[in-house]
Amino acid sequence: MGGFFAVAGAVAWRQIYKYFTNPAFLAPAFFPIFFFVAFAGGLTRVGDVPGFDYSGGYIAFQYVWALLQAVAMGGAFTGFSIAGDFENGFASRLLLAASNRSGIVLGYTLASLARVTVTGVLVTALALLVGMPISGGFDFFGLIGLAVLVNLAATLFGAGVAMMLRTQQAGPVIRTPIFLVLFLAPVFVPLDLLSGWLETIARYNPFTTILEAARGYLVGEPTSTLPAYAIALALVLVFALWALYGLRRAERAG
Amino acid sequence: MTGSSLLTQISAIALRSTLRTARQPAVLVSAILFPMMFFSVNAYGLDAATSIPGFPADSYLDFAFAFPLVQASLFGSITAGADLARDIESGFFDRLSLTPMRPVALLAGMLAGVVALGLVQGVVFLAIGLLMGVEVSSGFLGMVVLVLLTVLVALGFGGVGAILALRTGSVEAVESAFPLFFVVIFLSSINLPRDLIEAGWFRFIATINPVSYLVEGLRSLVITGWDPQALLLGFGCAVGIIVLSLAGAGASLRTRVAR
Repeated sequence: MGGFFAVAGAVAWRQIYKYFTNPAFLAPAFFPIFFFVAFAGGLTRVGDVPGFDYSGGYIAFQYVWALLQAVAMGGAFTGFSIAGDFENGFASRLLLAASNRSGIVLGYTLASLARVTVTGVLVTALALLVGMPISGGFDFFGLIGLAVLVNLAATLFGAGVAMMLRTQQAGPVIRTPIFLVLFLAPVFVPLDLLSGWLETIARYNPFTTILEAARGYLVGEPTSTLPAYAIALALVLVFALWALYGLRRAERAG
Repeated sequence: MTGSSLLTQISAIALRSTLRTARQPAVLVSAILFPMMFFSVNAYGLDAATSIPGFPADSYLDFAFAFPLVQASLFGSITAGADLARDIESGFFDRLSLTPMRPVALLAGMLAGVVALGLVQGVVFLAIGLLMGVEVSSGFLGMVVLVLLTVLVALGFGGVGAILALRTGSVEAVESAFPLFFVVIFLSSINLPRDLIEAGWFRFIATINPVSYLVEGLRSLVITGWDPQALLLGFGCAVGIIVLSLAGAGASLRTRVAR
């Protein structure tokens, strides 16, 4: 067990050092911040449409989506880093040297959490700066908990794909499904105001439950919290198995 | 190639540029699929916005139809710019300068490829839009003008892609501009009419952003019919971008050839 944590710590430390000595580590924050500015700034009037019943206002409504997007894309970018490590040969040496290889997955996951802590704080600071209220008080930590689980799930998904394909060309395979899941949800208006096929897909998209619960936490009106946490935990579990499967495939490939 | 006219040279490069795009299914699919996906998500996600007092259309599907046309033109320019940068990186551009072919033929040929892609995108989007239920108020002639304006927008932004490629000579640098193009699209009146944008700073940016006028020109053909002011501004901006970007690309080409 000691080997497991030692390997995880070493991998996490290397990744965190790499992130914080290269400004590119902020890249996953670009799109969430940009979408937040574009949607919260340009679509404020959408908060006035009949049936828009979110009490926190449109900026808060968009903030939650931007935050979850930031943490999910942070997970995707960690997948890109893993793929890069395989391409430049570092990962092969790591597989040879590690006394417990499962610790590698945990190491990358911890580094991803450290990374999105910074990008998440950036998105939150911007939202507060433009006047977003946090009326839910301590319920805000419920939102943070869901954001952490979303990051874990996205990181483990990305890690699994990266270890299976072991090339940076895995980028679109990691990014596209995450992007689709994020956008096929109630991004602009609450679920009941969506129309057409988007409403149907959003209703069955598990991310919708997480997003709605997170929005509820922000304004102190928790809704569907149990299903949201159950879904998020299930995703973490499934993608942890997926990442370990990817690791075994990478081991077999040498 | 010795003795061949400039037109022949341009045709040869245009054919190469078009075939190269056609042989990359991933490029074609993303050039068609992504703009339509965003259009669809926006159209059904923001349909409720039509109930805002003063909203100019009954259907957000009609209102949003300019989105894929402009987005595809901008993305097409990145693809074309990256192809040109690849020619520079791989040494094709240098080898070409040893032949009697004039460098301007390479630029014109690449832009002809952009126009061809813009034309395909315009026609395909129009067909898919009509199938999805978009109603073009200006009728069949309006559809022709819609495709024409889309092609002009593609040519204008293709020139911007050429400037990036010729200045940097790097595929990575050209593709890094992708997020900036995204910013230019979204900080415009693409999602709401300018008079319904509440935040003053956003409305100001949208007003000085030429993409707003391109979008409004295209949109007017769909939701209004024939609106001379919107069309004049739309075509005016498109021609302005074409003139400026081609002048910039020409200057960049001279600098590149002189190296």
